Amino acid sequence: MDRIPILKLGRALLVTIQVDMHDRLATALEEDLSAKIVASGAQGVVIDISGLDLVDSFMGRMLDNIAAVSRMLDAETVVVGMRPAVAITLVELGLELSGVKTALNVERGMALIQSRLLQTRLEAVEIGDDGL
Amino acid sequence: MDSKPMVSDRLPIKTSDDVVRVRQQTRVRALEAGLSLVDQTKIITAASELARNTLDYGGGGEVVIESVQHLARRGVRLTFVDHGPGIPDLDKALTDGWTSGGGMGLGLSGAKRLCNEFDITSEIGKGTKVMIARWK
Repeated sequence: MDRIPILKLGRALLVTIQVDMHDRLATALEEDLSAKIVASGAQGVVIDISGLDLVDSFMGRMLDNIAAVSRMLDAETVVVGMRPAVAITLVELGLELSGVKTALNVERGMALIQSRLLQTRLEAVEIGDDGL
Repeated sequence: MDSKPMVSDRLPIKTSDDVVRVRQQTRVRALEAGLSLVDQTKIITAASELARNTLDYGGGGEVVIESVQHLARRGVRLTFVDHGPGIPDLDKALTDGWTSGGGMGLGLSGAKRLCNEFDITSEIGKGTKVMIARWK
């Protein structure tokens, strides 16, 4: 069966969706990604959907699920590269993906994850200070 | 709107791969009709929602995709037919958030919002027929 490749970039995972996904492929991605988050200890996931010319409610739910599962596994998900026509259609469909962070492109998505990692580290330092 | 079909395709909807094919063929017809990029995206998304309904709730069926013309206006019309259990309460099924399956309950109501024309008939034990159209 086809699989969508998952690349490791620093402490984040990058998934680029380029094909018109059938449902099994979407489900497989959910499973592969959660396994890879745990195996790699990644704290961020960037999903690039610039290759998709539509996101329907099934795919929207998949993105929501991936974000929720990743969050439970201590990783932040950022969906990047959404086309304007896709965004307009999603809002009209009533699917605003409120559980998913978005960024304009891969670069900005990665920056968002970096800043989150930095924030976590700063908080950890503060807690450490209090403990002294 | 009265209109005559110019070209039509009849596609089966039996597997989730068929849902992908319905999207692809809808894209071809939407391009031919000269729909804007946003309108293409809307009708393809609506087609995807309804094809999945046909598969998941209707137990499979088929769709007829037509290029249509009314006077100088061109458009795309899709008619989904299944012989599944039918929908007992259409008003309820057209409400946002209502779902009988595992979805988000946006399939029917969402598809309706994405189109210029929407018509649904359903008979218990006989099946469901949904027609949508998007005009340039």
